[in-house]
Amino acid sequence: MGFEKFLFYVFAAIAVFAAGMVVTRRNPVHAVLYLVLAFVSSAALWLLIEAEFLGIVLVLVYVGAVMVLFLFVVMMLDIEVAALRAQFIRHLPLGLVIAAVMIINMVLVVGPWNFGLDSFAKPVPQPEGYSNTTVLGLDLFRTYLYQFEIAAVVLLVAIVAAIRLTLRRRANTKHQEPSEQVRVRKGPERIRLVAMRAEAVPASVPRIGSGPGADPNDAKEQGE
Amino acid sequence: MENIYLTIVLAPLAGAIIAGFFGGKIGRTGAHSATIAGVGLSAALSLWVLSRFIWHDQPNFNGPVYTWMVSDGMHFEIGFLVDRLTALMMATVTFVSLMVHLYTIGYMADDAHNWPDGALTGKNSYQRFFSYISLFTFSMLMLVMSNNFMQLFFGWEAVGLVSYLLIGFWSTRESAIFANMKAFLVNRVGDFGFILGIAAIGMYFGSMDYAEVFAKAPEHADTQIAVFGGVSLMTLICILLFIGAMGKSAQVPLHVWLPDSMEGPTPISALIHAATMVTAGIFMVARMSPLFELSTTALSFVLIVGAVTAFFMGLIGLVQNDIKRVVAYSTLSQLGYMTAALGASAYAAGVFHLMTHAFFKALLFLAAGSVIIAMHHDQDIRNMGGLRKVMPITWITALIGSLALIAFPGFSGFFSKDAIIEAVHHSDVFGAGFGWVLLSIGAFVTALYSFRMYYLVFHGQPRMDEHTRSHLHETPWVVTVPLIALAIPSIFIGWYTVEPLLINNWLGDAIYVKPENDTLHVLADHWHGQTAFILHGMAAPPFWLAMGGLALATAIWLVLHRRNPNIDAEILAKAGPVTQVLENKYGFDDFNQKVFAGGGRGLGNMLWSTGDRTLIDGAVVNGSARLVGHLAGILRHLQTGYLYHYAIAMIIGLAGLLTVFVAL
Amino acid sequence: MIALSDYLMLGELLFAIALAGIFLNRKNLILLLMCIELMLLAVNMNFVAFSHFLGDGAGQIFVFFILTVAAAEAAIGLAILVVLFRNRGTINVEDLDMLKG
Repeated sequence: MGFEKFLFYVFAAIAVFAAGMVVTRRNPVHAVLYLVLAFVSSAALWLLIEAEFLGIVLVLVYVGAVMVLFLFVVMMLDIEVAALRAQFIRHLPLGLVIAAVMIINMVLVVGPWNFGLDSFAKPVPQPEGYSNTTVLGLDLFRTYLYQFEIAAVVLLVAIVAAIRLTLRRRANTKHQEPSEQVRVRKGPERIRLVAMRAEAVPASVPRIGSGPGADPNDAKEQGE
Repeated sequence: MENIYLTIVLAPLAGAIIAGFFGGKIGRTGAHSATIAGVGLSAALSLWVLSRFIWHDQPNFNGPVYTWMVSDGMHFEIGFLVDRLTALMMATVTFVSLMVHLYTIGYMADDAHNWPDGALTGKNSYQRFFSYISLFTFSMLMLVMSNNFMQLFFGWEAVGLVSYLLIGFWSTRESAIFANMKAFLVNRVGDFGFILGIAAIGMYFGSMDYAEVFAKAPEHADTQIAVFGGVSLMTLICILLFIGAMGKSAQVPLHVWLPDSMEGPTPISALIHAATMVTAGIFMVARMSPLFELSTTALSFVLIVGAVTAFFMGLIGLVQNDIKRVVAYSTLSQLGYMTAALGASAYAAGVFHLMTHAFFKALLFLAAGSVIIAMHHDQDIRNMGGLRKVMPITWITALIGSLALIAFPGFSGFFSKDAIIEAVHHSDVFGAGFGWVLLSIGAFVTALYSFRMYYLVFHGQPRMDEHTRSHLHETPWVVTVPLIALAIPSIFIGWYTVEPLLINNWLGDAIYVKPENDTLHVLADHWHGQTAFILHGMAAPPFWLAMGGLALATAIWLVLHRRNPNIDAEILAKAGPVTQVLENKYGFDDFNQKVFAGGGRGLGNMLWSTGDRTLIDGAVVNGSARLVGHLAGILRHLQTGYLYHYAIAMIIGLAGLLTVFVAL
Repeated sequence: MIALSDYLMLGELLFAIALAGIFLNRKNLILLLMCIELMLLAVNMNFVAFSHFLGDGAGQIFVFFILTVAAAEAAIGLAILVVLFRNRGTINVEDLDMLKG
């Protein structure tokens, strides 16, 4: 057993352990963190078989962005974990049976007797100076250009959809409408002249003083 | 000639279409003008054709006019066979039909009274009636002029249809609807046999054409087929065809519809249910003589049925009080005579009686109708009496008709009926002796009921109520002219046609009689002119029986009745059980009503309740609906609405399928 | 030497665990989403392995796109989750039975 194989087993064990923890943790935050662990160990496994770009992308993009998004959401929502965990044990046997059936079936199919080294020999390692990123990039921008653009559109749509779904306008939000402001023209839209009759001062009200605010005429002048 | 024959057939149809479809537009005058023009043209041409056959030795016409379809070598076509028999029938049918058309103008003039106020069906009933009788004329002509079995069947059914329409003409009357349904159903029984017979012919002869079938018939004279343990093919075919004739010509036991058909307007009773349609069976058997001659069994069957009908139906006529029903039973009886003649192979005598009967029976019916008009549609002879004083023409013509009916020497009925009885007397088929006895006594019965009716209607004290009596008067000319026109042939036609028809074999090749069956040649051998025939007939028992009946009728209903107006009822009461049997018409109606109608209804009820309601509605329709409902009620629990349930179901399915694929 | 079957079986194990996770945490929408992410990871694992052992770069391109779609899916899924929580105050799948007729 070479070193590579040893590394494979180590990371595979971590990944399987992390996956198991993801589905059994009571606290969703822990689950997300274990998921991150599973992703990271998977990235390591990918590095082992010369998929360096994807390994890095998995860590940078997936763990860095998507999993953080998960974390945000999980932390943001006030989740009643107890209710969600109810009947956890009750469904355990069925889940295990189904999983066991899947595993047995798949092992029968993809086990070493079908996909072992005898059938698929270990490929020759890439020469020095080989860049997985370059090769992938060339492929992506030559052969799969349209698909790449469609993927871009998918992401754009996802952004728009996510924003549209979560964006909400509160009734008491204060905001400006720049477009309205820009469209205002000189003249009547900026200023409004109001003609008012002077209010007569009732005789019973004693004149307290002759300050500018007290005089109705002053008010009129100010208005104009 | 083909065009003339076509015109004869199509002219009444055109009249019927005009009166039927445009009756509302052209009005009453238009309708009866159109139909009378059509039938008149047809009658004139028919008489001309007949005259050609009589005096100019017109050759027979036999040819297709239109081929409907050819299937497996069998031609289905419209075609005419016009020989002397056909020409005679055409002339009789169209002439009587024309008379009835004329008469109908008077009879239906106030038809509005026969409908409930505001009945929609009563609208344009006059025009509709004319359309129907013209349509009938067309159908009957199609029947008699046919040269193949298919067209024969068409005509057969078409006249049945018109008969149905006309019996139920006053469709707001319960009894009329009952009667027309009865006629239709009973005729179905006959037609069932008829069409089976035609099918047998089609199967064994591979042709629908008369001439071809008749030519091939002798080959099959000894053919046996495995039905009912093996019978002669010809016997089977002939009896099946005759069952059709029994339905149409109202022979026992399929006679039950004819008395009830009197629910229809009287002109119809005269035209369809006395003179022409009911003789279709007689005509058909005469036409099929080459077939019937091959089966002595069938002939014997025909003879016995005819004789039984002739005698026993006449007896019922004795106890009837409805003027039209008396005439109807006499029709049944006379049809029995014709059938018996056919059974004795005296086809010519049967056709001869058919012709004379058509005239005098139409006359009697129209006379009865005339009386009914005068009596304001009261048909009970117990309410009549003494009508001869106010209705002289009707009286005289009715007397002529009655005398012709009872075979008074010199009248047309005498020649034909006497010839029939003679022929049966000389016949050798099984049952001929029995038939002869029945027919002879039948002559007595005929005289008795005919003159019972005659005396009760025209003689004695008037018994109608004041209102009716004050309005009694002779009917208008459209009624009396046909009466007179029919009375003349009723007297004379026998005298003039007996010699050619019976003695000189005028019908010629239209009828085939095996030499050993030829009963009429005995008559021919002793032929010394009409007078000698009359004198010879007056020496025979039937004549004395008829005269005895006449005398007895005179004694009871003319002489005794004057002293005791209730004598009729008293005699009937004294006869007790016999009267009972006769009034029940031997129980045929009750039997049919109970067994067939009741059984049919019971069967229908059973099928309805168990078959339809329980099985189909309950089990199949509602049951399946309920089953689906139940299943859905169970299955709807699967549709929880929880996404994860669906997801889990999907995953379990995935695991299952995966296992299947891997394991395989 | 690492064999193709090792990677495939690892992917399959991850997938089965995720599957079992769906059964276990059927009520917690967030965990369901995480399990789906885990399943996608398992699938990606297979793609990468095949790409390497068959010497075909298309497999890695595929993973690239799957990551894109998964990111979009996570973004929208979480957005829906947030809206749901805002409107109904819960993310318990048991309370989301509006599909029921």
